[in-house]
Amino acid sequence: MGQMGKDAALNQGVKNRKRREKHYWEDWIGRIYTSICVVVLLVVIVSIVFFVSSKGLATFLENGVRLREFFTGTRWSPDESFGALPFITGSFAVTLLAALIAGPLSLCAALFMTEILPGRGKRILQPAVELLSGIPSVVYGFIGLTVIVPFIRDYIGGQGFGILAGCLVLSVMILPTITSIMADALASLRGGLRESSLALGATRWQTIYRVVIPTVLPALLTGIVLGMARAFGEALAVQMVIGNAPHIPSSLTESAATLTSTITLSMGNTAMGSVHNNALWSMALVLLAMTFVFVILVRLLERRNRI
Amino acid sequence: MIKRAKRADRIATVVICFFAMLIVALLVGLLGYILVRGLGHINWHFLTSTPQMIRGGGGIGPQLFNSVFLLILTLIITVPLGWGGGIYMAEYARGGRLTHLIRLVVEVLSSFPSIVIGLFGLLVLVNTLGLGFSLLAGSMALAVFNLPLMVRTTEQAFRAVPKEQKEAGYALGLSKWKIITSILLPVALPSLITGTILASGRIFGEAAALMFTAGMSSPPLDFTDWNPLSARSPINPLRPAETLAVHIWKVNSEGLAPDAKEIAAGASAVLVILILGFNLAARWLGRAAYRKFTAAKRMD
Repeated sequence: MGQMGKDAALNQGVKNRKRREKHYWEDWIGRIYTSICVVVLLVVIVSIVFFVSSKGLATFLENGVRLREFFTGTRWSPDESFGALPFITGSFAVTLLAALIAGPLSLCAALFMTEILPGRGKRILQPAVELLSGIPSVVYGFIGLTVIVPFIRDYIGGQGFGILAGCLVLSVMILPTITSIMADALASLRGGLRESSLALGATRWQTIYRVVIPTVLPALLTGIVLGMARAFGEALAVQMVIGNAPHIPSSLTESAATLTSTITLSMGNTAMGSVHNNALWSMALVLLAMTFVFVILVRLLERRNRI
Repeated sequence: MIKRAKRADRIATVVICFFAMLIVALLVGLLGYILVRGLGHINWHFLTSTPQMIRGGGGIGPQLFNSVFLLILTLIITVPLGWGGGIYMAEYARGGRLTHLIRLVVEVLSSFPSIVIGLFGLLVLVNTLGLGFSLLAGSMALAVFNLPLMVRTTEQAFRAVPKEQKEAGYALGLSKWKIITSILLPVALPSLITGTILASGRIFGEAAALMFTAGMSSPPLDFTDWNPLSARSPINPLRPAETLAVHIWKVNSEGLAPDAKEIAAGASAVLVILILGFNLAARWLGRAAYRKFTAAKRMD
């Protein structure tokens, strides 16, 4: 090996090391950059939970409002009494009723897409469902205000505002969420089950309600739970049609209020740090806690689904 | 017995078809109602002039500008973060405890009600960080609202890239990051863009997260002044900015103008038309990209 060869080898070595270094650099840049993005996610969620909790708990820790009063009291007056039960009741009422209306409807839509007209049904309904989910909540609220509320006032009774109007608007809003999850669940049914049932001489309907639905039930319920989570947290559309009266209504057509509608209306007109304002933050904390409840429910259902 | 089963089958089929068609009718009715009520009110004056709180004849010019500008700001914040997070989940995550935790975090973040995000923005961005009601606070709140969706779509897009592409990159002796940026990213780009456009539609109609962050007012804007530091400049990131969606809510809840309902209808129509545009664009792009990469005739 002559001097030339040595030089060449040395050069080659230097080049190799350089290339390797470039690799190291590139890889570190990528790893660090993507990790930072994930860390941002973690920081955001921790700070949301921390800040909302600290404000929400101040009502009970600093202002001395009793937990029992907050969760079971029915009187809400901004200077002395902070019973949030009417709002909690309102939120749960509109959510459950909306799920009752939207659940069966969504199931029909999903069955239509996967069992009755596979392929063509999907081409008709899929775009419709996607467009429905694209309509913003304020527009839903506006339609509720100009169509549903007058309709209820004229044909059913009362002022038109109330739980009924709220749950009707919400049920249309959560339809797309539930339908798309249910359709995915039905489409993912293991091959052979449907065909075996039909081969045994079952009609299509018998196959649907004795084989298909029981098999994918947890996933169907997941859709309903996620829809409820959306309904529970929806603020503006509900606020426009519910009437915003802080008491427990005696009928579905009587003005009521939810957690979200009360926060929407009062947060802007109360001073930061006042008891009234802190009580609103406590309601936000209830919303936050309910979000976690819904997520846990979904996780439990998914676990059932795997078995 | 068999007869009864057959009759039940027929009844069930009719019922299911009826309700499915009802949903289509509902959509057609909703869109028709919004467009019929609103289109009559839309003209150049309405789209460009400033709103009136007491008198009639107000427009939605500043609100329209705010919506678009806020969307751009939000995407500037969300795209690098969301794509990065998605790439981490698809390429770097090792399926251990940490990955499960991040998945849970993304799931929880995406199910937070938007009003809670808005309140968080009010507390942290507007008050604690002292941004005030501003475009900046609004776009940050929207970024929080949008991140989980972005991370999820990005991860799916990257996982959908054929394995051979990556292996070919390794065979050429490229580093992992080089493979991600030069091989996987171009292939995943169509679905990334589709996902981003769909997310944009969601951002565009969002109001609850913005009421307490971007505010419910818009200062008089001077569209000849493009210095981002002056108070009347439309692109000053620290000025309050009421968006179209927030405006619709405000006009309905506390509108004193005699034509409040017409304004809300017109603004709703504008909003829905823009979102339909987003949807169609996303669909068309997705289809075009799908064709380009798979040589398929139609996408079901």
